[in-house]
Amino acid sequence: FDMACNSSGCESGGCYGREKENGCKVVDVKETVRLCVKCKSNEPMTFGDGGSDDGRFCAECFRSNVYGKFRLAVTSHAMITPSDNVLVAFSGGSSSRVALQFVHELQVKALKNYEASRDRSLPVFGVGVAFVDESAAYPSLSGGMSDAIELVRSTVLSLSPPEKDLHVVTIESVFGSESVEARDRLVKLLDSVSDETGKEDLLLHLKMLSLQKVASENGYNRLVVGSCTSRLASHVLTATVKGRGYSLSADIQHVDARWKVPIVLPLRDCVWQEITRLCHLDGFDSLKTVELARHPQSGINDLVSSFVALLQEENPSRECTIVRTAAKLTPFYFNKIPETDDSCVPMATQRRLKKFNLKYDGSMTTEAFCPICNGPLNGSDSSEDESDALYAACCSSCRFQILPQEPSSLDHFGSLLPHHMISQVKHHQKFDSQTYLREKIKDCLLLDDEEAV
Amino acid sequence: MEASEGKSKKQGASRLCCLCNQRRPVLKRPKTLQQICKECFYEVFEEEIHQVIVKNHLFKSGERVAIGASGGKDSTVLAYVLSELNRRHSYGLDLFLLSIDEGITGYRDDSLETVKRNELQYGLPLQILSYKDLYGWTMDDIVKMIGLKNNCTFCGVFRRQALDRGAALLKVDKLVTGHNADDIAETVLLNILRGDIARLSRCTSITTGEDGPIPRCKPFKYTYEKEIVIYPFITESFSLHTYAYFKKLDYFSTECIYSPNAYRGFAREFIKDLERLRPRAILDIIKSGEDFRIATTTKMPEQGTCERCGYISSQKWCKACVLLDGLNRGLPKMGIGRARGGVNGDHQKETKKPASAARSLESKQCGSLDF
Repeated sequence: FDMACNSSGCESGGCYGREKENGCKVVDVKETVRLCVKCKSNEPMTFGDGGSDDGRFCAECFRSNVYGKFRLAVTSHAMITPSDNVLVAFSGGSSSRVALQFVHELQVKALKNYEASRDRSLPVFGVGVAFVDESAAYPSLSGGMSDAIELVRSTVLSLSPPEKDLHVVTIESVFGSESVEARDRLVKLLDSVSDETGKEDLLLHLKMLSLQKVASENGYNRLVVGSCTSRLASHVLTATVKGRGYSLSADIQHVDARWKVPIVLPLRDCVWQEITRLCHLDGFDSLKTVELARHPQSGINDLVSSFVALLQEENPSRECTIVRTAAKLTPFYFNKIPETDDSCVPMATQRRLKKFNLKYDGSMTTEAFCPICNGPLNGSDSSEDESDALYAACCSSCRFQILPQEPSSLDHFGSLLPHHMISQVKHHQKFDSQTYLREKIKDCLLLDDEEAV
Repeated sequence: MEASEGKSKKQGASRLCCLCNQRRPVLKRPKTLQQICKECFYEVFEEEIHQVIVKNHLFKSGERVAIGASGGKDSTVLAYVLSELNRRHSYGLDLFLLSIDEGITGYRDDSLETVKRNELQYGLPLQILSYKDLYGWTMDDIVKMIGLKNNCTFCGVFRRQALDRGAALLKVDKLVTGHNADDIAETVLLNILRGDIARLSRCTSITTGEDGPIPRCKPFKYTYEKEIVIYPFITESFSLHTYAYFKKLDYFSTECIYSPNAYRGFAREFIKDLERLRPRAILDIIKSGEDFRIATTTKMPEQGTCERCGYISSQKWCKACVLLDGLNRGLPKMGIGRARGGVNGDHQKETKKPASAARSLESKQCGSLDF
């Protein structure tokens, strides 16, 4: 008879714990055979990375666990529905590679169902890939950039059918072109930020802007970002130490619809260890050379990463606890997919979205946002009587770490920022809800410009 | 501009104090990195605290206020500054010193000496309460029994109650403690790390316990620890006695001897590193803590009273009674970690076992003070 050992510390699936009776020798007839704890048929995988759960699951079950989390996130938050056109932000790093892989597999399955169905009522969602070349900001990357882009290209090619468009853009494309002037402008802009951390964060905001630009100019309506639990844990702490406690809950949800193209985080519930193990399993290691996402961090962001790594050593579930705590903060109304009057959304999908309250009413805009980081502004942040419109419009964190400290330099700085950031500033001079709402609905108004008040 | 004469001068020595533009700067202010002179430092230090007190309406004229005095740098400076401001701005407060003796040999006995000296210096009446008197156990006894893992839990719970009891004994209206900006920032971080959203929502409040026995407030909420350390050295009117003693205190450091095993250490180190990179980050953490969007329903647990001693408690028994019960019954793990059974779980009354040989103290009642 088999008696599986019930102790939680026992890693092997089929050990035989028997009591010795009266000193009689108990001889184990079978050798301890390790079996996957889930399917109980295959040999478990050992990754040898010293992490938890090592040697418990076979490769298939491990993979299906992680994929299962991805799929659950996608369905329970309506991240990707049949009529969507999804852009995957791909940095070459492990997280975004896994995101790309999983989105591809989801698409393959949808295609299979489509081809097998008789009425072909549910279309297959489209997938594109975007890669942002940041070498203008980090010159050390420029050497390996063309090789990196080639690798990205071949990766995307290998993920078909269904075919996926690849969009390679430079970070200076936020200025409207990819010219030398744009590159220079970027360098000038970054040089005028004296705080190291501010510089890094500004680059992140610019990167997001460039992704948004690619997405909206190419007809995508979802942006998939590969942020995992571990990255979010670091974000929780960096946001806290930068005084961004109010806007934090906006950044760590599954859906972030502040943007023109809503951002979805399908890997939010997966930890870094799962991601790296999966990359190892699927042979994505070769992309480590394209690990451009890991460009050098310094300052506060780096300090927090080290701190979190230290905490993880002391307790491997710390990252999850941090994100779980932050998840208890109240999210914003835009942390759901926005309601769109989209006639091409299948009825079944529409019904389902309504039933589970997965969307919000897009006209319900009650927040003002910082033009630089797009963080929702806390009432207490607004300083009245500010002579400079840009200063008045920004959150206190961006004011400190990004904007120049000299008031006389603000104008020049504003001129260096991409148009998209500055264009919002006029609205925020005094948050006039009438004008703001009129802006939102003006597409529907029948009045001519001259007649509009 | 003065020409530098080839001698290496301290940077800023040729400039003037940022604030008064008259005197020579002697230090870089930790909070703002401004180069300021001695006089401006203690002026701005005291003035900021005064503003915090006024803006947050911490006190009312005529109140009896107990200063939780450990003898450490925070409470020593607090006692000094508060009595100064009370006099200078006529707060009209009746100030007392209240000290708790946890019974940690080599740590508390020395700092208590400071507090006794403070009493003499500032003419503030002093009351000392010991864990031994209140609970029947010193921290040394407790550590002997439970080791070094959860001892901080015991000490913290007991101290909180002890301060309240002492305050009730002295019939004071309010307690002030020397918790500084670094402490609060650290607490915010720890609550995030531990997943305690309820505590997270409360820990940045400058006044707590307004609906409890004794409200307590933290005038040093925005005061940097580094500045509290500098202050006695800078301020001439700070008695030489205290100064000398203060230097000696550094020797024992303000760390409790049992603290190396405390989890707080991680967060503390991190904050120190953070401060080096960006001094205002400490205040930014506090700001984040204040701004976190936490539903009001998570804030207040239902408040009742402890069945055993009458102290406020959200459970049947207050935490101190639970811990004491565990100690007295030789079950030191009781009350540590998640509640499973026991008094506050399923209320099972076990038959009283005979006192164990090791610890034969009768379980002391928490006291019959009316709260």
